[in-house]
Parts: sequence; structure tokens; C-alpha cells
Amino acid sequence: MADDLKVFRTWSSRFALRIIWALQLKGLEYETIFEDLSQKSPLLLQYNPTYKKVPVLVHNGKPISESLVILEYIEETWNQNPLLPEDPYERAKARFWAKFVDEKLLQSVIDVLVTEGKKQEEAVPRAKENLKYIEEELKGNKFFGGATIGFTDIALGWTAYWLPIIEEVTGIKLIDADKFPRISEWMQNFCDVPVIKANWPPYDKMVAKIQGTREKCLAPKGTD
Amino acid sequence: MRVEWALRLKGVEYEYIEEDIYNKTPLLLELNPIHKKVPVFIHGEKVILESFIILEYIDETWKQFPILPRDPYDRAMARFWAKVAEEKVMMNAWRSICTQFEEEKEGYLKHAMESLEKIEEVLVQGKSKFFGGEKIGYLDIALGWMSYTVPVWEEVGSMKIVDPILFPSTAVWMENFRNHPVIKDKLPPRDETVVYCQRISKEIGARMAAARKG
Repeated sequence: MADDLKVFRTWSSRFALRIIWALQLKGLEYETIFEDLSQKSPLLLQYNPTYKKVPVLVHNGKPISESLVILEYIEETWNQNPLLPEDPYERAKARFWAKFVDEKLLQSVIDVLVTEGKKQEEAVPRAKENLKYIEEELKGNKFFGGATIGFTDIALGWTAYWLPIIEEVTGIKLIDADKFPRISEWMQNFCDVPVIKANWPPYDKMVAKIQGTREKCLAPKGTD
Repeated sequence: MRVEWALRLKGVEYEYIEEDIYNKTPLLLELNPIHKKVPVFIHGEKVILESFIILEYIDETWKQFPILPRDPYDRAMARFWAKVAEEKVMMNAWRSICTQFEEEKEGYLKHAMESLEKIEEVLVQGKSKFFGGEKIGYLDIALGWMSYTVPVWEEVGSMKIVDPILFPSTAVWMENFRNHPVIKDKLPPRDETVVYCQRISKEIGARMAAARKG
């Protein structure tokens, strides 16, 4: 029986992109359902009643939510082109860094985007400190996964596209090629991977969205 | 606790090093410089951090008494509900205990209970003693903190979190978990935990209030 795969996503969700990449890297066919989060479809609410968010992967009618949980599911269900290493310790490290991206790096980068003045001045070194951990972990490898991209690369992948946009919108350089040579090279290599290159959201639309997010967060409270 | 339970279930011997999280040792800070937290699991020369990641490592390294289910979908559900319990039940219930503001207390508790309802449903549908079936599994270990922490929080906060009338299956599960041979003699002493919790919740409540003003 052919697998029935559906992905619920938005055009801009970095988390949904992880799922798209994983499915395409494994050569899997799937149907895409684009959601408008201001008007969530009854299906999305039925498939993800707990978080009511994208991405959701539905495999033969069974829904799975939370991007890292979905990635593990994809990895365990389809063995081709493995995304996680075989060794349990290497797997633990891959999971640790993926979690680090979501729990520490992401918020510290958002903090730079949505603040200004003194608050932003404080946010920038925090984001750079987190980026430094990533820089050290890369250890001169092409990707975290080695010669090909893997679990951690997929988790971190949004930075290759989003960080330059955030830099453009805020006027703040986060990835200085002198200070972060490995990340700079990683970003270049990552963007060169065909599956990655083919799936970035439209650039101008994304710049406008991120600009809009910044303006909305900086708008004085109490105004409409 | 989670790491110890998993090792004990698998019959793996280990050494335990107690840390005071308000007075961390240099060794801990060296082993976990990024998060500066426990647990830290050391296997030979390998250092593994983050309790859910440690659980997966333990399950992949010692194959006896598997704690994650075999089926990928069941595994995904176990991981998902573990995350929900951590983010939505634990965080909200704890904030509800700590906050000094009544309306916040009710709000946080309501959020915790919304997720508790879903977890109750998982138990009801599973129709078995534990989330893992007849034996303890990953999700039982992930949620196990509830079995001894929730009664303490309820006492400290003078509030009901897992009301047995609203969450009968969860209440029974907590009792079964507490009484499991591997868990039973490893629970922290209740009175000390209550005193500790009273102190910490007041400190955090004060911090939350200060953050609200600032």
C-alpha cells in the first residue's frame, strides 16, 4: 500500500521546512496543505488540538506534531538516507544540539529582532554566545552530519536563510565571517544542497514579514 | 530521578553524585557549561545532557527492558506527550504555585489542567496500568515527577492540581507509579521536599512579581 503523507504548513514556518527537507531527502512523496494561522482549518485543529500549530505530519491518517518529534518519526519509519548517526552517543549529541537550537538559539535571535536600544544591546551578545557554541561544535566538518546533512543541520537550517534577513532588517551583523568562519562556511554549504535550495520561502515576502514582526513588537503599547 | 529510574529498570549499576543546584560544583559547570543543569550522565568518557536525551541514550545502549515502544508512531506519541507534560503541565502548575497574583494563579492552573485532560485521555484510551502498558515505559518515566511532586505542590499551594474526580485515571496511575518496586524506595522524603518547595516557590514568586513591575 502506498503511504499517504500530508504536511500541514505555512509558507513561512521554519519548523515546517524541516519536515519538507527530511521528506524530500528521503525521496518521499507527500501532499502539502498550506494553513492560514489566523483562520486555522478544522482539520489542523483536529490533528493538533494540543498546540494548534504547524507543522503536522499525517501518515496514513495518523497525525504527529512538533517538528523534532516528526523528524524522529520520519527517520524511524523510512531507513533510506539516514539523518541520525548509528552510534547512540553521536545520536545523543545530534539531539542535544537540535534542542539547543530550539530552546536557546532561536529565542536569543528573536530577542535581537524584536528589541532596540539598550535591550537590543544586551540581546546581541547573548545571541552571539549561542552562535559561538555552534561554531565550536562544527569542528571543521562540512556539516554536523558529516559529509551530508543530518538531524542537527536540519534543525539549525533556518539560520542560513533567516539570520541574513534579520541582519538586514535590524542592521546588526550577527555572523561576522571573521568571528564565525565555520558557521559562515556551513551556511554556504547548506544553501548549496539542492533540496535546501529548492525550498526556501520567497525572499522579499520573508523580508517584509520579518520587518513587520519587528515593527509590531516595537510599536508603542496601546496604539492600534 | 528519570535517569536513575531508567538505569534501575534495566538493572544497570551506576554512581550517583548529588548536586545542590543553588551551589553548583565546578565539576558540574565543566560538564554542562551551556545549561549548567542536572542531570548529567557520564558513561565512560561520554557526557550526555538533558534528561529525555539521556533516556534515549540509555534505551539505545542497554537493550534489556526497553522503555520506548517499538512502533515508530507509538514512540512519536510517547515523545510528544512527554514534551507536552514538561511544557504545559509542569511549567504552568509550578508557576501557579509560585505566583503571588490570584488571577495569574487561576490562569496557569487552567492551562495546566487543559493539558492534564489530554494526558488523562491518553491513559483512558491505553486501557492499561501504565502509559507503557503493563510495564513502566518512557512516558511513565517522563511524567513520573507528578507522582510525588504534585502532592507536594498541592500542599504548598493549597490547591488541587490532579483532582481524582476530574482525573481519575491519572490519580490511579500516580499511585501505581509511586508503588512500583523500582520507584518506591527512591522517592525523595516528603516533608523535606515540602519545606524546600515552600522556600523556592516564595523566591520565584518574588522574582516573577519583580519581573512584572520591570
